[in-house]
Amino acid sequence: MRKLLLALAASTAALAFAASPSLAQDKTKACWIYVGPIGDFGYSYQHHQGLLDVEKHFGDKVETAYLESVPEGADTERALERFARSGCDIIFATSFGFMDPVQKVAAKFPDIKFEHATGFKRDHPNVSTYNSRFHEGRYVQGVIAAKMSKTGVAGYIASFPIPEVVMGINAFMLGAQSVNPDFKVKIVWANTWFDAGKEADAAKALLDQGVDIITQHTDSTAPLQVAAERGIKGFGQASDMIKFAPETQLTSIVDDWGPYYIERVQEVMDGTWKQSDVWGGMKAGHVKMAPYMNMPDDVKALAEATEKKIKDEGFNPFTGPVYKQDGTLWLEEGKVAPDGEVLGMNFYVKGVDGELPK
Amino acid sequence: MMRLQLVKRPQHSAFFSAVSPLIALALTMIAGAIMFSVLGKNPLDALYYYFIDPLRETWSLHELAIKAAPLILIAVGLSVCFLSNNWNIGAEGQFIAGAIAGGILPVVFPDFQNVLVLPLMLIMGMIGGAAYASVPAFLKARFNTNEILTSLMLVYVAQLFLDWLVRGPWRDPGGMNFPETRDFHAFAILPELMPSAGRANWGIVFALLAAVILWFVLRKTLKGFEIRVLGQSPRAGRFAGFSASHMVMVSFLISGALAGLAGISEVSGAIGQLQPAISPGYGFTAIIVAFLGRLNPLGIVAAGFVLALSYLGGEAAQISIGLSDKAARAFQGMLLFFVLGCDTLIHYRIRLVGLSVAKTGETGAETNA
Amino acid sequence: MLESVLITIATAATPLLIAAIGELVVERSGVLNLGVEGMMVMGAVTGFGVAVTTGSPWLGVLAAILVGAAFSLLFGFLTLSLVTNQVATGLALTLLGLGVSGMIGEAFIGMPGVKLGTISIPVLSEIPYVGRFLFAQDPLFYISIVLVAGVSYFLFFTRAGLTLRSVGDNHDSAHALGIRVIAIRYAAVAFGGACAGLAGAYLSLVYTPQWIENMTAGRGWIALALVVFASWRPWRVLAGAYLFGAVSIGQLHAQVIGVSIPSQFLTALPYLATVVVLVLISRNRRLTMVNTPACLGRPFVPAR
Repeated sequence: MRKLLLALAASTAALAFAASPSLAQDKTKACWIYVGPIGDFGYSYQHHQGLLDVEKHFGDKVETAYLESVPEGADTERALERFARSGCDIIFATSFGFMDPVQKVAAKFPDIKFEHATGFKRDHPNVSTYNSRFHEGRYVQGVIAAKMSKTGVAGYIASFPIPEVVMGINAFMLGAQSVNPDFKVKIVWANTWFDAGKEADAAKALLDQGVDIITQHTDSTAPLQVAAERGIKGFGQASDMIKFAPETQLTSIVDDWGPYYIERVQEVMDGTWKQSDVWGGMKAGHVKMAPYMNMPDDVKALAEATEKKIKDEGFNPFTGPVYKQDGTLWLEEGKVAPDGEVLGMNFYVKGVDGELPK
Repeated sequence: MMRLQLVKRPQHSAFFSAVSPLIALALTMIAGAIMFSVLGKNPLDALYYYFIDPLRETWSLHELAIKAAPLILIAVGLSVCFLSNNWNIGAEGQFIAGAIAGGILPVVFPDFQNVLVLPLMLIMGMIGGAAYASVPAFLKARFNTNEILTSLMLVYVAQLFLDWLVRGPWRDPGGMNFPETRDFHAFAILPELMPSAGRANWGIVFALLAAVILWFVLRKTLKGFEIRVLGQSPRAGRFAGFSASHMVMVSFLISGALAGLAGISEVSGAIGQLQPAISPGYGFTAIIVAFLGRLNPLGIVAAGFVLALSYLGGEAAQISIGLSDKAARAFQGMLLFFVLGCDTLIHYRIRLVGLSVAKTGETGAETNA
Repeated sequence: MLESVLITIATAATPLLIAAIGELVVERSGVLNLGVEGMMVMGAVTGFGVAVTTGSPWLGVLAAILVGAAFSLLFGFLTLSLVTNQVATGLALTLLGLGVSGMIGEAFIGMPGVKLGTISIPVLSEIPYVGRFLFAQDPLFYISIVLVAGVSYFLFFTRAGLTLRSVGDNHDSAHALGIRVIAIRYAAVAFGGACAGLAGAYLSLVYTPQWIENMTAGRGWIALALVVFASWRPWRVLAGAYLFGAVSIGQLHAQVIGVSIPSQFLTALPYLATVVVLVLISRNRRLTMVNTPACLGRPFVPAR
């Protein structure tokens, strides 16, 4: 069958060879692989916005390519190798599950730069890791939620119990407790990153159980739309979702990968790229807050002050004293949590209801 | 009014057996060219990257083998099921069950390291897959429960169970609490065939062996005869003294074991650890592969490579000319439609009734385009 | 609270119910179309696209129905006219549907949708506990109930329904009686496609008014399970859909209350429940035999 195909397409091939575009050598080629479709309007969509920013910034000097919906598994390594062989100078692998394949392929192609998002392995000098401190934004959201909620209970739709999500819950809680020490948060694990229907169901379940403000660490706009229908407030996720819920969204954490991508591609052009582990937050411009809307002026002022404290004064949401859920002291007064501990976080802070799934 | 009419051939046409894939390919290329032009891409470029580019380099041929191996392995097992009229739709779940069962050794007993580990893993993988397949088989044989549905439901259960394992009890202690098991140690890795040339591992050898063995069993042995008789006519089978409920178990166990072997080969070969998602739907795609290969193990080998090529080609087209992933999938769907449709010609003549001149053969297929 | 939980369950159940009731008719005619997921996602994208472009959700619903039916005819042509294998063709249809819907949908990503509003029936909707659940719902909820009643009536109380069932039970004798087997199956397949399209529109116009790639997220497969779960009886499909909805919403509530079972096990519950019920139903051999279309999945080629 394969031979058959070959024979049949041989004539086509001859023509296509002539027609296939020649690679321009003077351009820098930057490539991305995404775990989801760019149409998820969430995680992969935001990374793709970063790609578009790179195109806009560099214009003719850069060539880009991407692969979407790349499964985490045997296919990842092939996708990376295909990119490496197709002349990419720098490859951004944007999902945690791509970690081991990145190391394997990077070993084979020492001249190509690999950038892995949200991972921790840098086995070779041509591998860097990067991530954003989204939990800084969640701290601000916690402050707003505690101010806005009448019942003192927020609903939190979570995706999967990984450190990234757990640190978000904890930061949200610490932010809320800074305003109201008795604040409660109820958590539902949806076990999905994007299933709009299920996220909507989770939001409804939380609202029926008496929460009066919701936030989410899943990708779709559905929870916000549910909040709008029920006339309560909520937060967006990953991008500014204000047009989906103009009277509902208080603010949103905007993942802005553009500045980082532009910086790294520039370094490749200049020949100054070096291995690094970047965990940028508000200060670096990687995490932004959508405009504060639908809240009284005093809340808005407090939210802006909190944002400023993190952005300009270097405040870390995980600053002691912080107690674990079981009441034991985790961080002493004034002590700041080391990044390593935050990146592997697998416990709730005091005040969070329920048990962390193991 | 005009309509199509099928006339059964007295015996299947050897000519169309050989030619129908060509007709299908030609039709796919025409339809594909139209679609690519509408999308503003050069159709020749697109077809080139789709069908030729992945075959140009050695490393890519290795990748083709990696992608085709699980598809072939699962599909040959399924062919036994489908030939005997047992509808196992849950190979995806059996694939996962095999990977979990085979993964017990390197994950739970990481200190047990010697040359026995890999063979034991493979055997445990086969047992795991077969055991998982025995559930719908038993329910069908004992209670007459519809196996399409039970096997499908068990897929979701297996996926969620694996998810729970790698996030909970089997999580890598040194992995920063991320959802994955520890890396398999060196004794637990399925070796690559030619490490200097590419990644292809023993999985493809297992697949080809399974295909040849099952081809022999189905064609040349009494068991194979039994399978085919029971599939075509359960009543005739009963007269011949064959037991349908026995066959339910046998066919499910075979296909489950092969799916399980595919699962453990995939994780110990191409992946090297367990993680929440280990299969991009191989168990479902293999169903299509089984039918594309006309339920003949050797045909399935060819079909497996074609489908694998369509995945690799889709990626190549995405990278080089920016053809979107959705277009690649739609093209894949079209390819399948044409191949399935053209295979009708093997068993039937096609007439257009209502025209003054009755036409045969290709005419019918062309209306499909 | 009970009432809003009920409404949440209804929202989760309705798309499953609509898609399943269509597939039930298809299977009763002896055809197994595994392409429900693909037809549904096509309905979702057309429904959304037409609704946002024209501003009329009703036009969106109509378009979704038409596209669902047209898409299913592709399956019909292959399996009925060219007697290809139904299982493989259905799977290929899903693949095609997910691909094509993604291509069409690229233009609609990140657009707020148009929502089909609710219709409250005066007085009745004020009945305590169940009033809003039964009488203040979105129009497709009412349509789904009417569909179940209509299909049930059609199958068991009309001549045409009897004919359709006879085609599914024994196509050879139906053909011998002069019934046009293929034509009836085409009609059944188109009806199933129309229902799947409508179910898709429910997702993108009522459930979560937006377009996201692959937004059906496996609901087409669940609809297929429901048909067998219900042993091909329309009212049982309704019961099954609401049971499934109740279990999946129930597990979310269990989490909020703080029941600490790993959520994977809670998520797996509906699937395990389906298996158990399947076994319970099928233990009664007589009952399943009566309802199972004997020709399900078998191709029919009329002898001349």
